[in-house]
Amino acid sequence: MDYLGLIINIFVSVAKTGNDRHAFTSSSRAEIRTLCGNWRESRQIDRSKASSLGKLSEARYRTMQFYSRRKKLIGNSQTEQLYGHCLQFYGQPPIENISLSEFETFAVDRLKLLKTVENLGVSYVKTSELYTKKLDAEFSNLNFPYKIEASTKDDWKPQTGPSEYEKRRKDHISHFILRLAYCQTEDLRRWFIQQEIDLFRYRFNDLPSKNIGQFLQYNNLHYHTISIDEKKKLMDKLVTSSFAVSGSTVDGKDFYKVPFQDALDLVRTRKVYLNGGYVYIPHQDIVTIVLNDFRTRLSKALALTARSLPAVQSDERLQPLLNHLSHAYVGQDYSIQKSIGKISLEQIDPLSAKSYPLCMRQLHRGLRDSHHLRHGGRMQYGLFLKGIGLTLDQALQFWRSEFVKGKVDADKFDKAYAYSIRHMFGKEGKRTDYTPYSCMKVILSNPPSQGDQHGCPFRHSDPELLKQKLQSYKVSPSGISQILELVKGMHYQLACQKYFELTHSIEDSGFSLNHPNQYFMESQKLLGGPGAGVKVEVKREDNPATKPPNPSPHQTPGPGNLPQEVAAEITEDLDSFFQDA
Amino acid sequence: MTTADYDQASLPDLLPLYYRRLFPFSQYHRWLNYGGVTKNYFQNREFSFTLKDDIYVRYQSFSTQNELEKEMQKMNPYKIDIGAVYSHRPNQHNTVKSGSFQALEKELVFDIDMTDYDDVRSCCSGADICPKCWTLMTIAIRILDRALRDDFGFRHCLWVYSGRRGVHCWVCDEAARKLSVAARSAVAEYLSLVKGGDETVRKVVLSDPIHPFITESLTVVENYFSQYALLGQDILGSKEAVDKVLALLPEDVRKKLLQYFQTEKNPEKRWDTIRSMAQDKRMTAKKGHYFEMEIMLQYCYPRLDVNVSKGVNHLLKSPFSVHPKTGRISVPIDLRELDRFDPFEVPTISLICEELDQPKTEEEQDDNMENENKKEAGERRKMRDYKRTSLAKYVKLFDNFLEEMAHSRKGEVLKNSGECNLNP
Repeated sequence: MDYLGLIINIFVSVAKTGNDRHAFTSSSRAEIRTLCGNWRESRQIDRSKASSLGKLSEARYRTMQFYSRRKKLIGNSQTEQLYGHCLQFYGQPPIENISLSEFETFAVDRLKLLKTVENLGVSYVKTSELYTKKLDAEFSNLNFPYKIEASTKDDWKPQTGPSEYEKRRKDHISHFILRLAYCQTEDLRRWFIQQEIDLFRYRFNDLPSKNIGQFLQYNNLHYHTISIDEKKKLMDKLVTSSFAVSGSTVDGKDFYKVPFQDALDLVRTRKVYLNGGYVYIPHQDIVTIVLNDFRTRLSKALALTARSLPAVQSDERLQPLLNHLSHAYVGQDYSIQKSIGKISLEQIDPLSAKSYPLCMRQLHRGLRDSHHLRHGGRMQYGLFLKGIGLTLDQALQFWRSEFVKGKVDADKFDKAYAYSIRHMFGKEGKRTDYTPYSCMKVILSNPPSQGDQHGCPFRHSDPELLKQKLQSYKVSPSGISQILELVKGMHYQLACQKYFELTHSIEDSGFSLNHPNQYFMESQKLLGGPGAGVKVEVKREDNPATKPPNPSPHQTPGPGNLPQEVAAEITEDLDSFFQDA
Repeated sequence: MTTADYDQASLPDLLPLYYRRLFPFSQYHRWLNYGGVTKNYFQNREFSFTLKDDIYVRYQSFSTQNELEKEMQKMNPYKIDIGAVYSHRPNQHNTVKSGSFQALEKELVFDIDMTDYDDVRSCCSGADICPKCWTLMTIAIRILDRALRDDFGFRHCLWVYSGRRGVHCWVCDEAARKLSVAARSAVAEYLSLVKGGDETVRKVVLSDPIHPFITESLTVVENYFSQYALLGQDILGSKEAVDKVLALLPEDVRKKLLQYFQTEKNPEKRWDTIRSMAQDKRMTAKKGHYFEMEIMLQYCYPRLDVNVSKGVNHLLKSPFSVHPKTGRISVPIDLRELDRFDPFEVPTISLICEELDQPKTEEEQDDNMENENKKEAGERRKMRDYKRTSLAKYVKLFDNFLEEMAHSRKGEVLKNSGECNLNP
């Protein structure tokens, strides 16, 4: 069965669960086999069979699945092969059914993991101890396989208890789900590949050396280590070929003999000993080779997936899910306004200069100048204002006063624009309380066109214009070039972080930026302002709250069985997707 | 006398003769067919012809040796280039869905051109060459051939005189033909040591550690340096030349040498001093100073055009093609006699056409008797014809090259079948 067929099978089986999002997958083994046969036929399978299973509780279902899988495990050599190693190249797509909830949880967990990888990668050197320790922690939190368990005598037998197996399965399936979400644009693909590579590198570096040999063998990478005798013979050549290789390296470490075609970067720069068409690589460089191989495979696979995607996307249940995944911000969502009502409207202008990230400053400026903002800008800025603590009344007042100065009279405002502001605050329609946009969302979705002010200036502004703007905001020339360098390297959030550091005159921002409201809060923390949240309450000198701060999380509607806060976010953002047309 | 007077205007008369009686079609086809191992390898190969009046036609392809012969005899190309083996027949590329017509394989090629050395040779410039600067080609061939063989493991490298001012290398190993663009570029980069254009003064920069490849290459250069550079090019003789060398040295060394050169005029001695100064510096300073090596490499190390080597679909002048400006045939170079190769002894088309008209010698009449039984008259005559000319020894060289490749192929087949026998 081809790759496309396999993927579609998973999702068709996941999708065909009737109207109840928590109905479970096919109720019989026979159906499973049929599903794997012909996906077109499987669509016609009687839905009533699925719902007749009844609504088992999540826990019971999981236990059921667990046991049935356990049976499958024993004596199932194919799965053994697939999960016999804790690290894999993700060459084979998964061939099984999972429930919709597992689908979501897996995907979200992996996304969290990748986001952690991204953040840590920005803050720490990728091979440093601190980085490894922090990533270790996240791995165990999210139940992904990371450490090879203390080895048994027989390494080949998966020293995997069911839990290790579960972890590897999760790793496997979640990777493939995210492929669907991240194959669609160049930006997404690049991001996904980068994080998966970093993840792979981290796990590969963790492998003890005999497991590396196993891994290479598994994956048909014919890289063999050279014997001690050969090492002795080549000692001189090996040492003079590479800056990093000394006599003791040759003695102590493994050297691999690799066809030169698989190590082009090392050949090109002449950083390695080449003889008879083979390069001799010290262990630490094998990682690079394997990573390059991984990158190539993943890149090709994503391109393939993108082409197959329309077929999967035709299923309406999956489309919003996948869309959401690629834009999901998996962290604090700033819907909990800790500082609600602490900001007065008079403070907004000075705050925009001091504590707004560049995107919001730009939007605010645009609003003040033309007394108008288009829809994209209203959403981005309006939600941001909600996030910094404006109440609905304040927001209405703010927007009205500005729009009225323009071409809109008070009546028209109340008719046309007030509704959407109330909508933002969850007071209209479905009453979902929208969350302010994260940086990811601003950067990746809805790029601005002519006349728009929204988006991320580091991503969407022409560098010349960006430079001028920064100059007008009195950023130092050296600071500007640093920012432009980061922009060139497509590190937009880092560029914004640098902007933060320069405008606050500090060396290190001390946080990893992924949300405009985070920028605001951090800035206020530094400046001791009213928008900082709970901590600053003690220092507060200015305006009394018009409403008491609301500490309890908003009760968001949505399927209650998904435990995380994020689950709630998933649902409400899904709705917003339908709205944002 | 080895060179009949060649005049470009006579090409229209000479070419038909050349293509009908001298061009080694049989060997040519044997080469590009590569033992018929891959289906349609010859048929999907692109050729391009430059015809009279600079008319250039691409995407020529042929089904058989015969077709190739007929076409070439009909068109009488001034120049022949060989391109890649494509996914479809090049002469039908317009019928193929756009995007599907792709270059799949080609020999790994290198082009060394004397004009790239103009900044370091004083005897000639531009398209001119002379026995003095030809040594640069000798050095280039030695260095590159060694690297391709020893470092990369390629065994079938055909070196060909380009006909005027350089040499080409065709690496015909199967692995070489299958290399990707990235791989070709990596190989070319590995082999590149001289970097920079007119604005760069110091074109070779060495630092610790010195890679074995560089050490090996230096060994070759050292064999020729004294004769070629110090004596032939006189790089430490005239003030002008000396200044150029000094420009490559660190400030303090330069000063000391200027002083020293006031009195010492002997180039060999001057060089020895530069050498020992470099060695001294290496003993004392923390960083490696390799300026004497850098000088040798800048003046002698091969300069190749990476772009020629990179592209899978790049077209390169074919062996046995005529060079329109000089009339010389692009002949294979015998590496066993490399130091004796003289580009000015390479036969021109006018020479070999003239040689065709010489009456038969007795030896040849005996040969004729032997060959009576072999093939049809036409073939026999052809086999006789080039043998009568100065082209003969070059075709023989080519034959040897092809024989070696055939031998290799057989070896591979045996090896594979041997493996099969062990694992029933």
